[in-house]
Amino acid sequence: MQFLFRYANPHEFMRLSGAVLPFTVIGTAVCLAVGLYLGFSVPPDYQQGTTVTFLFIHVPADVVAELAYGAIAVCSLLSLVWRHPLADIAARAAAPLGAVFTALGLITGSLWGKPMWGTYWVWDARLTSFLLLLFLYFGYMALWNAVEDETRAGRAAAILALVGVVNIPIIKFSVDWWNTLHQGESIISGKIAPIYLWPLLIMMLGYVLLFASLWMVRIRTVILERRARSLMQQGR
Amino acid sequence: MNFDLGPYGVYIWPAYGITALALIGITLWCALAWRRAKAKLAALEKNEKVKK
Repeated sequence: MQFLFRYANPHEFMRLSGAVLPFTVIGTAVCLAVGLYLGFSVPPDYQQGTTVTFLFIHVPADVVAELAYGAIAVCSLLSLVWRHPLADIAARAAAPLGAVFTALGLITGSLWGKPMWGTYWVWDARLTSFLLLLFLYFGYMALWNAVEDETRAGRAAAILALVGVVNIPIIKFSVDWWNTLHQGESIISGKIAPIYLWPLLIMMLGYVLLFASLWMVRIRTVILERRARSLMQQGR
Repeated sequence: MNFDLGPYGVYIWPAYGITALALIGITLWCALAWRRAKAKLAALEKNEKVKK
Protein backbone atom coordinates (compact mmCIF):
# COMPACT_ATOMS: atom_id res chain seq x y z
CA MET A 1 0.00 0.00 0.00
CA GLN A 2 2.93 2.28 0.80
CA PHE A 3 4.17 1.78 -2.79
CA LEU A 4 0.82 2.90 -4.23
CA PHE A 5 0.69 6.05 -2.14
CA ARG A 6 4.24 6.94 -3.11
CA TYR A 7 2.94 7.42 -6.68
CA ALA A 8 -0.33 9.01 -5.60
CA ASN A 9 1.31 12.37 -6.08
CA PRO A 10 0.43 13.58 -9.63
CA HIS A 11 3.91 15.11 -10.01
CA GLU A 12 5.51 11.75 -9.22
CA PHE A 13 3.13 9.97 -11.60
CA MET A 14 3.97 12.40 -14.43
CA ARG A 15 7.69 11.80 -13.89
CA LEU A 16 7.40 8.02 -13.74
CA SER A 17 4.91 7.63 -16.62
CA GLY A 18 6.98 9.99 -18.78
CA ALA A 19 9.94 7.65 -18.34
CA VAL A 20 7.95 4.43 -18.92
CA LEU A 21 5.78 5.58 -21.84
CA PRO A 22 8.42 5.42 -24.65
CA PHE A 23 9.14 1.79 -23.75
CA THR A 24 5.47 0.74 -23.70
CA VAL A 25 4.89 2.49 -27.06
CA ILE A 26 7.90 0.76 -28.68
CA GLY A 27 6.85 -2.54 -27.06
CA THR A 28 3.33 -2.15 -28.50
CA ALA A 29 4.62 -1.51 -32.03
CA VAL A 30 7.08 -4.44 -31.92
CA CYS A 31 4.56 -6.93 -30.44
CA LEU A 32 1.79 -5.99 -32.88
CA ALA A 33 4.13 -6.16 -35.90
CA VAL A 34 5.62 -9.53 -34.87
CA GLY A 35 2.22 -10.89 -33.78
CA LEU A 36 0.58 -9.97 -37.10
CA TYR A 37 3.50 -11.39 -39.09
CA LEU A 38 3.31 -14.71 -37.22
CA GLY A 39 -0.51 -14.65 -37.25
CA PHE A 40 -0.62 -14.45 -41.04
CA SER A 41 2.08 -17.11 -41.37
CA VAL A 42 0.24 -19.92 -39.53
CA PRO A 43 -1.34 -22.77 -41.52
CA PRO A 44 -5.17 -22.99 -41.59
CA ASP A 45 -6.71 -24.88 -38.66
CA TYR A 46 -7.91 -28.42 -39.51
CA GLN A 47 -11.45 -27.58 -38.33
CA GLN A 48 -11.82 -23.79 -38.60
CA GLY A 49 -9.70 -23.23 -41.70
CA THR A 50 -8.42 -19.67 -42.21
CA THR A 51 -10.92 -18.25 -39.68
CA VAL A 52 -8.33 -19.12 -37.04
CA THR A 53 -6.86 -15.72 -38.02
CA PHE A 54 -9.70 -14.14 -35.98
CA LEU A 55 -8.04 -15.55 -32.87
CA PHE A 56 -5.23 -12.97 -32.98
CA ILE A 57 -7.51 -9.93 -32.78
CA HIS A 58 -10.58 -11.29 -31.00
CA VAL A 59 -9.04 -12.92 -27.91
CA PRO A 60 -6.62 -10.03 -27.12
CA ALA A 61 -9.52 -7.53 -27.34
CA ASP A 62 -11.58 -9.66 -24.92
CA VAL A 63 -8.67 -10.02 -22.50
CA VAL A 64 -7.97 -6.27 -22.44
CA ALA A 65 -11.69 -5.46 -22.09
CA GLU A 66 -11.84 -7.58 -18.91
CA LEU A 67 -8.45 -6.37 -17.67
CA ALA A 68 -9.51 -2.73 -18.07
CA TYR A 69 -12.68 -3.35 -16.07
CA GLY A 70 -10.62 -5.09 -13.38
CA ALA A 71 -8.32 -2.06 -13.29
CA ILE A 72 -11.32 0.26 -12.91
CA ALA A 73 -12.63 -1.88 -10.03
CA VAL A 74 -9.25 -1.85 -8.22
CA CYS A 75 -8.94 1.93 -8.67
CA SER A 76 -12.52 2.35 -7.45
CA LEU A 77 -11.73 0.37 -4.30
CA LEU A 78 -8.60 2.47 -3.72
CA SER A 79 -10.67 5.60 -4.19
CA LEU A 80 -13.57 4.56 -1.92
CA VAL A 81 -11.58 3.00 0.91
CA TRP A 82 -8.22 4.80 0.96
CA ARG A 83 -9.12 8.03 -0.88
CA HIS A 84 -6.15 7.56 -3.19
CA PRO A 85 -5.85 10.92 -5.01
CA LEU A 86 -5.11 9.46 -8.45
CA ALA A 87 -7.48 6.50 -8.27
CA ASP A 88 -10.59 8.36 -9.49
CA ILE A 89 -8.67 9.89 -12.39
CA ALA A 90 -7.19 6.51 -13.35
CA ALA A 91 -10.54 4.70 -13.17
CA ARG A 92 -12.32 7.33 -15.24
CA ALA A 93 -9.49 7.42 -17.81
CA ALA A 94 -9.66 3.64 -18.36
CA ALA A 95 -13.40 3.48 -19.07
CA PRO A 96 -13.60 4.69 -22.72
CA LEU A 97 -10.57 2.57 -23.61
CA GLY A 98 -12.17 -0.51 -22.04
CA ALA A 99 -15.43 0.20 -23.88
CA VAL A 100 -13.61 0.32 -27.24
CA PHE A 101 -11.87 -3.03 -26.59
CA THR A 102 -15.18 -4.56 -25.47
CA ALA A 103 -16.93 -3.36 -28.64
CA LEU A 104 -14.05 -4.76 -30.71
CA GLY A 105 -14.38 -8.12 -28.92
CA LEU A 106 -18.10 -8.21 -29.72
CA ILE A 107 -17.72 -7.13 -33.36
CA THR A 108 -14.82 -9.46 -34.21
CA GLY A 109 -16.53 -12.31 -32.33
CA SER A 110 -19.72 -11.72 -34.24
CA LEU A 111 -17.87 -11.74 -37.60
CA TRP A 112 -16.17 -14.99 -36.52
CA GLY A 113 -19.50 -16.46 -35.45
CA LYS A 114 -21.16 -16.13 -38.85
CA PRO A 115 -18.91 -18.56 -40.79
CA MET A 116 -18.47 -20.90 -37.79
CA TRP A 117 -21.94 -20.99 -36.19
CA GLY A 118 -24.02 -19.71 -39.09
CA THR A 119 -25.15 -16.65 -37.14
CA TYR A 120 -23.69 -13.31 -36.09
CA TRP A 121 -25.31 -13.41 -32.67
CA VAL A 122 -26.79 -15.87 -30.22
CA TRP A 123 -27.97 -15.15 -26.66
CA ASP A 124 -25.64 -17.63 -25.01
CA ALA A 125 -24.03 -17.02 -21.61
CA ARG A 126 -20.60 -15.87 -22.89
CA LEU A 127 -21.91 -13.43 -25.50
CA THR A 128 -24.63 -12.04 -23.24
CA SER A 129 -22.32 -11.52 -20.25
CA PHE A 130 -19.82 -9.81 -22.57
CA LEU A 131 -22.53 -7.52 -23.94
CA LEU A 132 -23.40 -6.73 -20.31
CA LEU A 133 -19.77 -5.66 -19.83
CA LEU A 134 -20.21 -3.08 -22.62
CA PHE A 135 -23.37 -1.77 -20.91
CA LEU A 136 -21.47 -1.57 -17.60
CA TYR A 137 -18.85 0.60 -19.30
CA PHE A 138 -21.58 2.83 -20.78
CA GLY A 139 -23.31 3.08 -17.38
CA TYR A 140 -20.03 3.91 -15.65
CA MET A 141 -19.21 6.70 -18.13
CA ALA A 142 -22.79 8.01 -18.04
CA LEU A 143 -22.69 8.23 -14.22
CA TRP A 144 -19.48 10.27 -14.30
CA ASN A 145 -21.06 12.70 -16.76
CA ALA A 146 -24.48 12.83 -15.12
CA VAL A 147 -23.41 14.14 -11.69
CA GLU A 148 -21.93 17.64 -11.66
CA ASP A 149 -20.00 17.37 -8.38
CA GLU A 150 -16.90 15.31 -9.31
CA THR A 151 -16.47 13.83 -5.81
CA ARG A 152 -20.04 12.53 -5.72
CA ALA A 153 -19.84 11.38 -9.34
CA GLY A 154 -16.64 9.49 -8.59
CA ARG A 155 -18.18 7.80 -5.55
CA ALA A 156 -21.33 6.71 -7.42
CA ALA A 157 -19.31 5.45 -10.40
CA ALA A 158 -16.93 3.58 -8.07
CA ILE A 159 -19.86 1.75 -6.42
CA LEU A 160 -21.23 0.77 -9.84
CA ALA A 161 -17.77 -0.45 -10.90
CA LEU A 162 -17.45 -2.60 -7.77
CA VAL A 163 -20.93 -4.09 -8.17
CA GLY A 164 -20.28 -4.77 -11.85
CA VAL A 165 -16.99 -6.57 -11.23
CA VAL A 166 -19.01 -9.70 -10.39
CA ASN A 167 -19.60 -9.97 -14.17
CA ILE A 168 -15.88 -10.67 -14.85
CA PRO A 169 -15.77 -14.21 -13.35
CA ILE A 170 -19.18 -14.84 -14.95
CA ILE A 171 -17.68 -14.02 -18.38
CA LYS A 172 -14.63 -16.16 -17.67
CA PHE A 173 -16.49 -19.25 -16.41
CA SER A 174 -19.68 -18.90 -18.48
CA VAL A 175 -18.38 -21.50 -20.94
CA ASP A 176 -17.91 -23.99 -18.06
CA TRP A 177 -21.07 -23.23 -16.07
CA TRP A 178 -23.51 -23.21 -18.98
CA ASN A 179 -23.86 -25.04 -22.26
CA THR A 180 -22.74 -22.36 -24.71
CA LEU A 181 -22.22 -22.14 -28.45
CA HIS A 182 -19.00 -20.27 -27.71
CA GLN A 183 -16.03 -22.61 -27.47
CA GLY A 184 -14.53 -23.50 -24.10
CA GLU A 185 -11.29 -22.27 -22.57
CA SER A 186 -8.24 -23.50 -24.53
CA ILE A 187 -5.22 -21.41 -23.51
CA ILE A 188 -4.67 -22.25 -19.81
CA SER A 189 -5.77 -25.86 -20.35
CA GLY A 190 -3.13 -26.20 -23.07
CA LYS A 191 -5.59 -27.41 -25.73
CA ILE A 192 -4.47 -24.78 -28.24
CA ALA A 193 -1.68 -25.85 -30.65
CA PRO A 194 1.64 -24.05 -29.92
CA ILE A 195 1.77 -22.81 -33.52
CA TYR A 196 -1.30 -20.64 -32.75
CA LEU A 197 -0.45 -19.98 -29.11
CA TRP A 198 2.72 -17.95 -29.69
CA PRO A 199 1.28 -15.39 -32.14
CA LEU A 200 -1.73 -15.13 -29.82
CA LEU A 201 0.41 -14.46 -26.72
CA ILE A 202 2.48 -11.86 -28.59
CA MET A 203 -0.67 -10.11 -29.84
CA MET A 204 -2.11 -10.21 -26.30
CA LEU A 205 1.04 -8.57 -24.95
CA GLY A 206 0.81 -5.94 -27.72
CA TYR A 207 -2.81 -5.15 -26.82
CA VAL A 208 -2.00 -4.96 -23.08
CA LEU A 209 0.94 -2.59 -23.78
CA LEU A 210 -1.26 -0.48 -26.08
CA PHE A 211 -3.89 -0.22 -23.35
CA ALA A 212 -1.22 0.65 -20.75
CA SER A 213 0.25 3.36 -23.02
CA LEU A 214 -3.12 4.94 -23.82
CA TRP A 215 -4.20 4.72 -20.17
CA MET A 216 -1.08 6.57 -19.05
CA VAL A 217 -1.58 9.25 -21.73
CA ARG A 218 -5.21 9.71 -20.62
CA ILE A 219 -4.26 10.02 -16.94
CA ARG A 220 -1.53 12.53 -17.82
CA THR A 221 -4.05 14.49 -19.90
CA VAL A 222 -6.54 14.68 -17.02
CA ILE A 223 -3.78 15.81 -14.61
CA LEU A 224 -2.86 18.66 -17.00
CA GLU A 225 -6.54 19.59 -17.45
CA ARG A 226 -6.98 19.79 -13.67
CA ARG A 227 -3.87 21.94 -13.35
CA ALA A 228 -5.22 24.25 -16.07
CA ARG A 229 -8.62 24.44 -14.33
CA SER A 230 -7.03 25.31 -11.01
CA LEU A 231 -4.93 28.05 -12.68
CA MET A 232 -8.07 29.47 -14.29
CA GLN A 233 -9.88 29.48 -10.92
CA GLN A 234 -6.93 31.25 -9.28
CA GLY A 235 -6.99 33.85 -12.06
CA ARG A 236 -10.65 34.75 -11.45
CA MET B 1 2.91 -14.66 -44.98
CA ASN B 2 -0.34 -15.86 -46.45
CA PHE B 3 -3.00 -13.24 -47.25
CA ASP B 4 -5.18 -15.62 -49.24
CA LEU B 5 -7.92 -16.32 -46.71
CA GLY B 6 -10.23 -18.06 -49.17
CA PRO B 7 -14.00 -17.67 -48.89
CA TYR B 8 -13.71 -16.58 -45.22
CA GLY B 9 -11.84 -13.44 -46.27
CA VAL B 10 -15.15 -11.56 -46.53
CA TYR B 11 -15.51 -11.92 -42.74
CA ILE B 12 -11.84 -11.74 -41.70
CA TRP B 13 -10.75 -8.61 -43.60
CA PRO B 14 -13.60 -6.40 -42.29
CA ALA B 15 -12.76 -7.59 -38.74
CA TYR B 16 -9.11 -6.58 -39.20
CA GLY B 17 -10.15 -3.31 -40.85
CA ILE B 18 -12.54 -2.36 -38.03
CA THR B 19 -9.91 -3.30 -35.43
CA ALA B 20 -7.24 -1.18 -37.14
CA LEU B 21 -9.61 1.79 -37.48
CA ALA B 22 -10.71 1.59 -33.84
CA LEU B 23 -7.19 1.22 -32.43
CA ILE B 24 -5.77 4.02 -34.60
CA GLY B 25 -8.84 6.11 -33.73
CA ILE B 26 -8.46 5.86 -29.93
CA THR B 27 -4.70 6.40 -30.22
CA LEU B 28 -5.25 9.63 -32.19
CA TRP B 29 -8.03 10.72 -29.82
CA CYS B 30 -5.75 10.26 -26.77
CA ALA B 31 -2.75 11.94 -28.46
CA LEU B 32 -4.78 14.96 -29.63
CA ALA B 33 -6.41 15.42 -26.21
CA TRP B 34 -2.93 15.33 -24.61
CA ARG B 35 -1.57 17.93 -27.05
CA ARG B 36 -4.59 20.20 -26.48
CA ALA B 37 -4.28 19.96 -22.68
CA LYS B 38 -0.54 20.62 -22.84
CA ALA B 39 -0.99 23.68 -25.09
CA LYS B 40 -3.78 25.07 -22.90
CA LEU B 41 -1.73 24.70 -19.71
CA ALA B 42 1.33 26.26 -21.36
CA ALA B 43 -0.74 29.28 -22.46
CA LEU B 44 -2.21 29.71 -18.95
CA GLU B 45 1.22 29.43 -17.30
CA LYS B 46 2.59 32.03 -19.72
CA ASN B 47 -0.27 34.39 -18.80
CA GLU B 48 0.45 33.84 -15.10
CA LYS B 49 4.12 34.76 -15.62
CA VAL B 50 3.17 37.92 -17.51
CA LYS B 51 0.81 38.96 -14.68
CA LYS B 52 3.54 38.46 -12.07
